[in-house]
Amino acid sequence: MSTNSRKKLLLMGRSGSGKSSMRSIIFSNYSAFDTRRLGATIDVEHSNLRFLNNMTLNLWDCGGQDVFIENFLNTSSQNPNSNNNIFKKCEVLLHVFDVESKEVNKDIEIFQRVLKNLHQFSPNVKVFILLHKMDLIQVNKRDELFKIMFDNLQKIANPFHFKLTGFATSIWDESLYKAWSSIICSLIPNISFYQQNLSKINDILNAREIILFEKTTFLVISSTDRKLITNNDELDPKRFEKISNIIKTYKQSVNKIRTNFETIILNGMNTSIYLAELTNNIFIMIVMDNQRNDDDSTAIEDENLILEDIKIARSLFEKVENV
Amino acid sequence: MEGHLIPDPTNENATILLMGLRRSGKSSICKVVFHKLQPLDTLYLESTSKPTTENFRSLINLSVIELPGQLNFFEPTYDHEKLFKSIGALVYIIDSQDEYLNALTNLSMIISYIYKVNPKINVEVLIHKIDGLSEDFRLDTQRDIMQRVGDELLDLGLEGLQVSFYLTSIFDHSIYEAFSRIIQKLIYELPALENLLDLLVQYNKFEKLFLFDVNSKIYVATDSSPVDIQTYEACAEFIDVTIDLDGLYGDVKDSDESKGNPTKCISRLQNGSVLYLHQMIRGLALVGLVRLDNTDQFSMEFKNALSLIDFNVNVFKKSLEDMWKNSRL
Ligand SMILES: Nc1nc2c(ncn2[C@@H]2O[C@H](COP(=O)(O)OP(=O)(O)OP(=O)(O)O)[C@@H](O)[C@H]2O)c(=O)[nH]1
Ligand SMILES: Nc1nc2c(ncn2[C@@H]2O[C@H](COP(=O)(O)OP(=O)(O)O)[C@@H](O)[C@H]2O)c(=O)[nH]1
Ligand SMILES: [Mg+2]
Repeated sequence: MSTNSRKKLLLMGRSGSGKSSMRSIIFSNYSAFDTRRLGATIDVEHSNLRFLNNMTLNLWDCGGQDVFIENFLNTSSQNPNSNNNIFKKCEVLLHVFDVESKEVNKDIEIFQRVLKNLHQFSPNVKVFILLHKMDLIQVNKRDELFKIMFDNLQKIANPFHFKLTGFATSIWDESLYKAWSSIICSLIPNISFYQQNLSKINDILNAREIILFEKTTFLVISSTDRKLITNNDELDPKRFEKISNIIKTYKQSVNKIRTNFETIILNGMNTSIYLAELTNNIFIMIVMDNQRNDDDSTAIEDENLILEDIKIARSLFEKVENV
Repeated sequence: MEGHLIPDPTNENATILLMGLRRSGKSSICKVVFHKLQPLDTLYLESTSKPTTENFRSLINLSVIELPGQLNFFEPTYDHEKLFKSIGALVYIIDSQDEYLNALTNLSMIISYIYKVNPKINVEVLIHKIDGLSEDFRLDTQRDIMQRVGDELLDLGLEGLQVSFYLTSIFDHSIYEAFSRIIQKLIYELPALENLLDLLVQYNKFEKLFLFDVNSKIYVATDSSPVDIQTYEACAEFIDVTIDLDGLYGDVKDSDESKGNPTKCISRLQNGSVLYLHQMIRGLALVGLVRLDNTDQFSMEFKNALSLIDFNVNVFKKSLEDMWKNSRL
């Protein structure tokens, strides 16, 4: 019943800016440390990732050395209709800038030429820019640098009528997950269904927070919290991407004993956290406030209730996925 | 989960002393093991040029004494005799990537001195920074160092002294393993603890069980089955998962382990095992891998099996409390 839709995502940027590193971390379970082993990408590396049942993410990691970039641009202008024209039928451009780059002008010039081609061949493309390797910049200078660079790049994009979405990222912290999460969400057509159903579930559960994660990447695709009590404002605003990071690291850790995890149930200081598979493509995390009962048995009942609710939610979401 | 074990101040036998030449890696080890510094960040540690002492309080007291050179160490201003009398172990760090003959001379000088004031002391030698050596070369280095130290002790007439050697690096878990074994020697209750852990393993089909010091990821006791480094890592990292997730939704530092329910975390794995964590007293946590085969995680059997484990673990916790009440530590 579900039709498979392919979404082409171009990953571009100068050589060494960190494209293959982020791809390996998000999609291949590398640790940041592992990326040091990566060599320069030759031409284009394709990967196809099944995503939420009916989507395939078609990722083009484009080698950033000048020869390759010139080749992409030349092919496009000389044989615009050739299948080798990488700028055709793109859904998303993700352009990566190394914030420590020594050749800013050249970086910008290439960005401009890429936009020009996309304007011609994929005018509806969504453009994301990542100002990457932020870890190398002093903490108190990051915001300012981001603003200056972003404004500058938006000016470059204006003539082509692209509205940029930008993120400051680094493979050494969780910022990468936030950026990729929003990129992926922009590709999911029925994202509002997830949101609505999640709210419905929370009307019943009254959880402090419920979060949905895509299964292979552990990127957040939707979340909801209790509307009446606004105490979530005090929580760490980076918690979603931190969770992605924690769980991905955990995945690597159990991989070392040659297995994977299915669930996590944590009875913590203030909350109880349930993490389990919801559908074949989604994990759900439910965060409940602890009722501080001295009586252990009610806690067990609560737990059974939540596990039952996860089962019910499962059938609901399997329908959403097949819309 | 955070919490410090505060040893009884009247008993200092559990103190360990870290010594070694400059740049051997003492500060790095302390920062990585006790302050969670990333190993790579130790490159930026500043070297100190005069003797320094830093104290860490964990399961036991740890004093780090850093000596700049090898000679001005018996400085009259410092009461080394009193210090050496009060410690349980001397941990001496040798940089295996460097020319180590000077370090060996320094070590035997310290040993000959310390033996006079405290003959019962454990001497623990860390052959450190082995990440830079090839597999073959590691063993050669270890053999050479053990040989030389042995000869030296013979010359000094100290054959009776207990000296142990460990190959360590801050870039893997070898440093935690070494510290675990060093600290275990100083825990008077260890045999009793190990017995209890063996019982738990036997009754509950645990594959492996560790009693961890949560802060440092050193295990203070484990059951008698052999330690496999991957299992240790998975258990140690499970502590991080628990603390990190819990920390996002509550102020963990504020927590008091005597109040409320203890932190518990279980994670079901695809191979049928379950990672199990249960907070104990004094900054300790029991972490293990348990087999719960052929049971659906939503099934009653699974829950019953877990409740039984929880029950037994609570009994263990009670024994731990009793033990520590009467304990000198
Ligand atoms: N400090 C820091 N280094 C990073 C970061 N991201 C990637 N790197 C490092 O940058 C180097 C180059 O990364 P790659 O991912 O191979 O770069 P690329 O963009 O794929 O390069 P080409 O394939 O030649 O286009 C690697 O050694 C990474 O470890 C980051 O956020 N911070
Ligand atoms: N390769 C390697 N380097 C280490 C290791 N431990 C420490 N170092 C490095 O050794 C240097 C000196 O360490 P430091 O802790 O300052 O030595 P200290 O003077 O004994 O306190 C630092 O640059 C550390 O990064 C290790 O296990 N392997
Ligand atoms: Mg690449």
